[in-house]
Amino acid sequence: MPKDHGIGAAPKRREDVRFLTGTGQYTDDINVYGQTYCHFLRSDVAHGKITSIDTSEAEKMPGVVRIFTGKDFEGLGGLPCGWQVTDKHGAPMKEPGHPVLAQGKVRHVGDPIAAVVADSLEEARDAAEAIMVEIEDLPAVVDMKAALESGAAKVHDDLDDNLCYDWQFGSEQEAVDKAFAEAAHVSTLELVNNRLVANPMEPRVAVGEYNRANDESTLYTTSQNPHVIRLLMGAFVLNIPEHKLRVVAPDVGGGFGTKIFHYAEEAFVTWASRQINRPVKWTSTRSEAFMSDAHGRDHVTKIELALDKDNNFTGLRTDTYANMGAYLSTFSSSVPTWLHGTLMAGNYKTPAVQVNVKAVFTNTVPVDAYRGAGRPEATFQLERVVDKAARELGVDPIALRRQNFITEFPYATPVAVEYDTGDYVATMDKLEEMIDRAGFEARRKESESRGKLRGLGINCYIEACGIAPSNLVGQLGARAGLYDAATVRVNATGSISVMVGAHSHGQGHETAFPQVVAEMLGIDESMIDIVHGDSSKIPFGMGTYGSRSLAVCGSAMVRATEKIINKAKKIAAHLLEASEGDIELKDGQFTVAGTDKSVAWGDVTLAAYVPHNYPLEEIEPGLEETAFYDPANFTYPAGAYACEVEVDPETGKVTIERFAAADDFGNVVNPMIVEGQVHGGLAQGIGQAMLENCVYDESGQLLTASYMDYAMPRADDVPFYAVDHSCATPCTHNPLGVKGCGEAGAIGSPPSVVNAVIDALHSGGHKVEHIDMPVSPHRVWQAMQG
Amino acid sequence: MHMSDTRDIEAPREVVWAAITDPEVLKQCVPGCTEMTGSPEEGFQATVVQKVGPVKATFKGQVTLSEMNEPESLTLSGEGKGGAAGFAKGGADVTLTDKGDGVTELHYEVEAKVGGKLAQLGSRIIDGFAKKMADQFFTNLQDAVEGPEDPDAAPEADGEAAEDGKKKGWFKRMVSG
Repeated sequence: MPKDHGIGAAPKRREDVRFLTGTGQYTDDINVYGQTYCHFLRSDVAHGKITSIDTSEAEKMPGVVRIFTGKDFEGLGGLPCGWQVTDKHGAPMKEPGHPVLAQGKVRHVGDPIAAVVADSLEEARDAAEAIMVEIEDLPAVVDMKAALESGAAKVHDDLDDNLCYDWQFGSEQEAVDKAFAEAAHVSTLELVNNRLVANPMEPRVAVGEYNRANDESTLYTTSQNPHVIRLLMGAFVLNIPEHKLRVVAPDVGGGFGTKIFHYAEEAFVTWASRQINRPVKWTSTRSEAFMSDAHGRDHVTKIELALDKDNNFTGLRTDTYANMGAYLSTFSSSVPTWLHGTLMAGNYKTPAVQVNVKAVFTNTVPVDAYRGAGRPEATFQLERVVDKAARELGVDPIALRRQNFITEFPYATPVAVEYDTGDYVATMDKLEEMIDRAGFEARRKESESRGKLRGLGINCYIEACGIAPSNLVGQLGARAGLYDAATVRVNATGSISVMVGAHSHGQGHETAFPQVVAEMLGIDESMIDIVHGDSSKIPFGMGTYGSRSLAVCGSAMVRATEKIINKAKKIAAHLLEASEGDIELKDGQFTVAGTDKSVAWGDVTLAAYVPHNYPLEEIEPGLEETAFYDPANFTYPAGAYACEVEVDPETGKVTIERFAAADDFGNVVNPMIVEGQVHGGLAQGIGQAMLENCVYDESGQLLTASYMDYAMPRADDVPFYAVDHSCATPCTHNPLGVKGCGEAGAIGSPPSVVNAVIDALHSGGHKVEHIDMPVSPHRVWQAMQG
Repeated sequence: MHMSDTRDIEAPREVVWAAITDPEVLKQCVPGCTEMTGSPEEGFQATVVQKVGPVKATFKGQVTLSEMNEPESLTLSGEGKGGAAGFAKGGADVTLTDKGDGVTELHYEVEAKVGGKLAQLGSRIIDGFAKKMADQFFTNLQDAVEGPEDPDAAPEADGEAAEDGKKKGWFKRMVSG
């Protein structure tokens, strides 16, 4: 029988009461007395030299408080990149300046040139129209390969070219060469991982407030990690020490990665509010979001898989061009390298793996982490080429995968990481059952009887989550530690506030985290609240991304709760006049082992705050503990996905008929929330595979900048999913045994969709080897025409 | 984007040339033009109000004439800034060929480019829009320079059609009057 409380139970999300009744408190709901409104004048051209900016007319416009340009930010820092990648020659990546407001040049459509601060938003907008900017057009670089040709226009004049780094990673060259030289078969595939726009429902917002009385600045912002923003903005951009800078990220309406990064608008409102001594508010429009939120993916890849005569994978080599956009966003450099290359082995025991990545600057919006970040790109190319190999060799694609599965753990891959545990056979077995593979041929015949083509696409995935061991990522170039922190504050009457460094913006932390503490203490979940998102209330935190919250921050919370239990047992032992070692905590009661002598949780917590009868000579009053947790390894969620599609050969339209996901997330705290996370991830992965595509024209104009041209998945684009997480191999190194579930759906689903479409086309005699995403009717139909 | 077309205008080359370099004619011919001042030598200042899909804007900009080889060919180029709506710019290479009998063959090659919100929101419709703009411009020009010299000789008609008849050929009347 399922549990009704604690770990493994599925209570409804308590935060949904406010989200579903319109009483959430988002950044745009925050209005500060005397606030001004900010409007950014953004570049219409992709690349140009600013020859003059005349703000004199605009400054005379009604309501204008002040107009800022790049000149005002001279002497301040630029937006920093948090990860230094070292190229294959040992040189650090190229790290050009990233000014808050453009200085001298504009480098992408949407690059902010000036900011008008006015009494109302309308006045700010009107005044921005009166700013006279002269820009001398420069040729734009958009295509990555063209950007690397000699003589191409340079995005950054102070660099030699548009190459950020040329990175190589994996097995020794000799081993890779040997695998390919001796291969019985090599499958090769060239593909594009399409550029995406994250499109959280809530656009970005920032409110800066300066308090002259105590010289403190507060930034309210739509962020997944307020402490990281405080650190980056305070130390690198504005030079404000932490104790004078508070960053608050209240309710946030979706992040998907794009709200991890430190953005110019955050630094601007914070700094401008100090200059004018009034609060400054900026709310992104949807159009602005398209041209200023960091984009995702955008890789162009060639992958080769070598197999021996028995169809064992012997070598894997990939060459990728990764678009960085015009500037290095906060974690951009790590995405195509350490978050991508280290997963290239996938679920397979391929002995020789080599990953090559060229990161390229172009005159486009910066590209950074988007749900999955690097791992979807690795999974897509690997699972597509494995499918192609199976077809070329005439073998069953599932059997080929099974034959090459890693089955013994721990397993050290040729690409640095060590998988601690997993059972890929179990998830594949489960998947075959869920998708009813045995019944597929009958379903295909039924489709064919209606003139439709039916295809089944299967793939595996693995990801590295719970980022990350600080000493390891430090060696790899991260400029920060990736631990997390939690404070458990027990109040006098026994209720608890847990201050956590992870931020919740849809993940359900406010429900799931109390389940863990309640389980440990044996008290009711309603006695426990989670506090997050405010640097003045929580000890520290590296935030929420990379499916890390429960694995890393949850582990910190467990450690802090363990400290609470230890101290509470000392107090209980004193109250019960027993030895501390004999005290047991069960169902909220401290009992002397083997006796009926007990004292309740609330009596112990009251004693801690009203220490009339208390071991004051041994321990301090109060009951509050903090723990920082730095993981020993990544976690490795893995699974197998299947998609069944029907293709209309008359139109090329693809419909998803069935979708199944068998995931191993280790232990699960709240299965309902996990299921919801998988559903959301699948919708985004299917969106990438079927609909979404960010397109620039050759002059660098963004052509898909609204929902008229950028297709987001809607309810009728996705099927009813079959999801399962029963094949659990608990993580071996964190106290909860959890692995993370937030990104899996987006990582695992794109290859199964494309594999299914290719399978359907082959069943109709169309020898199509690949279609780039999104597999729109137009592309599918064209591919069918040969 | 690139567009080209050829059309015959029933007017001598000199008349067509004079029309195409006259700010008043240009004002009448550029769809949505509310203001056009200046001279062929120094360039024209233009204001154009247009709606492209969801974007309506007032474009202010400069039109310059270059490569002038009277009365055979010239290049018209312009750039309009529409504030928050973005920009449009382009050039037209125009050649006039005398076909005899007072007929001039006008051929144009247009290169046009849009940026900012116009490109972001209008990319789906911009090609059709630009073609319509070019068509309309040259149709207006054709109407201005050909047509009956005496408006009263235009077929009797009421209302708008009569108005059209009077409008048609107004430039020809002016230069030949």
